[in-house]
Amino acid sequence: MSSIRILNLSKVYDDSTHAVKQINLNIDDGEFIVLVGPSGCGKSTLLRMIAGLETISDGELYIGDRLVNNLEPAERDIAMVFQNYALYPHMTVYKNMAYGLKNRGFSASEIEERVQKTAKMLEIEQFLTRKPKALSGGQRQRVAMGRALVREPAAFLLDEPLSNLDAKLRVQMRVEIKQLQKRLKTTSLYVTHDQLEAMTLGDRLVVLNQGQVEQVGAPLEVYNRPETLFVAGFIGSPSMNLIDIDHLDKSINAHALSSLPKGTDILGIRPDCLSSSQPNEPSIQLECNMTLFEPSGAESHLYMSLKDQQQILIMRVESLKQEFSEPYFKVYAKIKDIHPFNKLSGKRTD
Amino acid sequence: MQTKKLTFRNAWLPYLLLAPQVIITAIFFLWPAGQALYQSLLRQDAFGFNTTFVGLDNFTRLFQDDLYVNALQVTLIFSVGTTLLSMSVALLLAVLVNRMLRSRDTYTTFLVWPYAIAPAIAGILWWFIFNPSIGILPYFLEMLGISWNHRSNGNQAMLLVIIAAAWKQISYNFLFFLAGLQSIPHSLIEAAAIDGANKFKRFWTIVFPLLSPITFFLMVVNVVYAMFDTFGVIHATTEGGPAQATNILVYKVYRDGFVSMNLGSSAAQSVILMAIVVLLTVLQFKYIERRVNY
Amino acid sequence: MVDNDRWGNLLAHCILIVGVALVVFPIYIAVIASTHTGSTFLSGTLPLLPGKEAWTNYTTVIFEGRSRAGTPPIAQMLWNSFIMAMAITIGKLSISLLSAFAIVYFQFRFRLFFFWIIFLTLMLPVEVRIVPTFQVVADLGMLNSFAGLSIPLIASATATFLFRQFFMTIPEEMLEAARVDGAGPLKFFKDILLPLSITNIAALFVIMFIYGWNQYLWPLLITTDPSYYTIVMGIQRMATGGDSEPLWHLVMATVVVAALPPVLVILFMQRLFVKGLTETEK
Repeated sequence: MSSIRILNLSKVYDDSTHAVKQINLNIDDGEFIVLVGPSGCGKSTLLRMIAGLETISDGELYIGDRLVNNLEPAERDIAMVFQNYALYPHMTVYKNMAYGLKNRGFSASEIEERVQKTAKMLEIEQFLTRKPKALSGGQRQRVAMGRALVREPAAFLLDEPLSNLDAKLRVQMRVEIKQLQKRLKTTSLYVTHDQLEAMTLGDRLVVLNQGQVEQVGAPLEVYNRPETLFVAGFIGSPSMNLIDIDHLDKSINAHALSSLPKGTDILGIRPDCLSSSQPNEPSIQLECNMTLFEPSGAESHLYMSLKDQQQILIMRVESLKQEFSEPYFKVYAKIKDIHPFNKLSGKRTD
Repeated sequence: MQTKKLTFRNAWLPYLLLAPQVIITAIFFLWPAGQALYQSLLRQDAFGFNTTFVGLDNFTRLFQDDLYVNALQVTLIFSVGTTLLSMSVALLLAVLVNRMLRSRDTYTTFLVWPYAIAPAIAGILWWFIFNPSIGILPYFLEMLGISWNHRSNGNQAMLLVIIAAAWKQISYNFLFFLAGLQSIPHSLIEAAAIDGANKFKRFWTIVFPLLSPITFFLMVVNVVYAMFDTFGVIHATTEGGPAQATNILVYKVYRDGFVSMNLGSSAAQSVILMAIVVLLTVLQFKYIERRVNY
Repeated sequence: MVDNDRWGNLLAHCILIVGVALVVFPIYIAVIASTHTGSTFLSGTLPLLPGKEAWTNYTTVIFEGRSRAGTPPIAQMLWNSFIMAMAITIGKLSISLLSAFAIVYFQFRFRLFFFWIIFLTLMLPVEVRIVPTFQVVADLGMLNSFAGLSIPLIASATATFLFRQFFMTIPEEMLEAARVDGAGPLKFFKDILLPLSITNIAALFVIMFIYGWNQYLWPLLITTDPSYYTIVMGIQRMATGGDSEPLWHLVMATVVVAALPPVLVILFMQRLFVKGLTETEK
């Protein structure tokens, strides 16, 4: 087990695309870090650079106290779980798990002991003699995990390990991975594009966009105080409403708007912070008409457009459908629930 | 040309891995080919004492030589005949077999094994069947009033070698046509049926056009086969005769080089053959390109 | 689908049966001819039903031969053919696997250059460079040897391309996982790549074995010593060697024996054979 230190790490491909730009990150021993971002943001590239599967164009990478820039993947003491699992199709589950140990010169008895122990932990003992083809998607996923765990490495690297599973299994495995990591306390880096997975799994999130770090922080910290417009839009589902200040009725909201920090021209409001009744504290008021009501059980989403504007807003409401007799109705948001941003810099203004 | 995204870094291993293939290619392919090019520009006197540089003279002589022009014509007829005969029979059989559900594999089994027969053996088999004195086919042909003797009749000899060469190649063409037919989506044919096309119309307007890439590919392969792989058919049967009637280019190269020891001329013929192979290979790759785009 | 017209199917079956009969006919005739005495042929046309001399004819050709008609016993020739075919097959498979591995899994200088060198072999079949190739083999002292029979034929662009193509379809992650698991190039080749290629190897084996067994021109050129004759070229000597009419019953027995190994290979491995054939030509 060890910490990972990333200093000014960059990746430039031969065709001069800049996939990862000067990333700095300190990962503590035992921490569970989730790299999250849209596809093409460089999160997988960063992970693969840490694994040694991509060369490092610039910067330094330390695992523990060792500078590992030029070490082979096998020498970095990491284990990896691949998106498509990458199980060796011609080997049994047992051999899949044993292969890395064998190559490292472990004795047969130690291999046996470790494989059995890991298989038991993951409840895949009964599959040990089978080949991957004879397993279901979820079972293969477990074997892929097992192949990484059995090595007892300094760090786990997981590249979208759940994205090939169906929704139900994904939730179940998510919970298991979290528990497993809590128990083993092995430093882990987990790549995903799914912000829900990111929120629920990580001790800390690293939100990446276009090869750069947008924000690093604990999931709720990031959720409650997104530092940039990008993070505000990316984290949270349904995503935050980002309203251009010019689209508001300036006369009605004059007082409320004056209390916002200087330079604010975008207001971020989470769908659950909108309400149709006026609160007893400073708030802004929006006039909307309804475009769509989307019930989904425990809660429902109301899609509406701002008066005289194209922009669609989303509001979270109780499951029962609310009736609006008027063509336009008013919704409110408390000033303290508003995330103020500046369009040009993309940053928070408070 | 691609490699994997992640590759091994090793200074000497890839060269070591390639060495056997490259060394054999260099010694037994490139060097002789270079020699052929070189020798095609030289002429030896009758005793092999003197070698002189003659430029392209060997080539001009070849094309003025009636025997060589004859060999070109014979090769053309032989290749076209073999290709047409083999492909049309194979296509007919493949279309019919493709209709069958239960008996498909049985028919296929009966039709694939001639692939295993060496061209020389195929030649001998048909040589025997058409044998003027004891063969079974001349016996029947006699009843029809046709007198068969491939030892004196050049056209009959040509027909014999075409049949022998085409027979062996039917399996190959059959398998490719069958694979092609099976890759045509059934829904297309059903759509055509709904559009009111009858069976023949469906075949000529839907199936055959969709088979055209394979047909083109097979044409090239069959011409290559007929030109280069049929040496055994000729050598084991007619030996180019009677009166040069079946003397195809490959056989002539061999005869001129080994039996008549006319090295300069044989080398020039080799060079021309190489040019033909290059042309056919380029054609074949055009096919691959087209299929990628398809 | 819509095809349930009976007459159409019946007609199709009829044509197919005629077609199959025509395809099988030559070998049927060969089998029949190999069961009669030599004198049967002197009296005129060949019978269409088997005779009683099968045992005598086959034992004669396999073990005794007829030196008078220029025919050594074919047991020796069969063995030579087998050795040659196996050497060519194994040789082609090994060097093609290695080259494809190098081309796909390594980045190195002159990679494209080597690729084109291998590619060139496609354009230079032995038939077009007979004389100079013969000279090279003669200069190397490889005439009348198994090395001479096989080595010059084992360079193979087709097999190299097939393996290259197959390797390209193996997911990138297979190598990545192996690298993380501590496998170097040779270990990866042995533990992962070879086992994954096994079906392709088997399919190519069938094709190459037939190719090797059926070699004709090459053994004809470089063997003058009868103890290196192969069966396919040997038959030619029997069928056209003597001045008199050949001993057809023995020739046909030899034909059957010579054709049997590759035919059996195809029939028993039909599926692999079809796969090998249709995939090599992509």
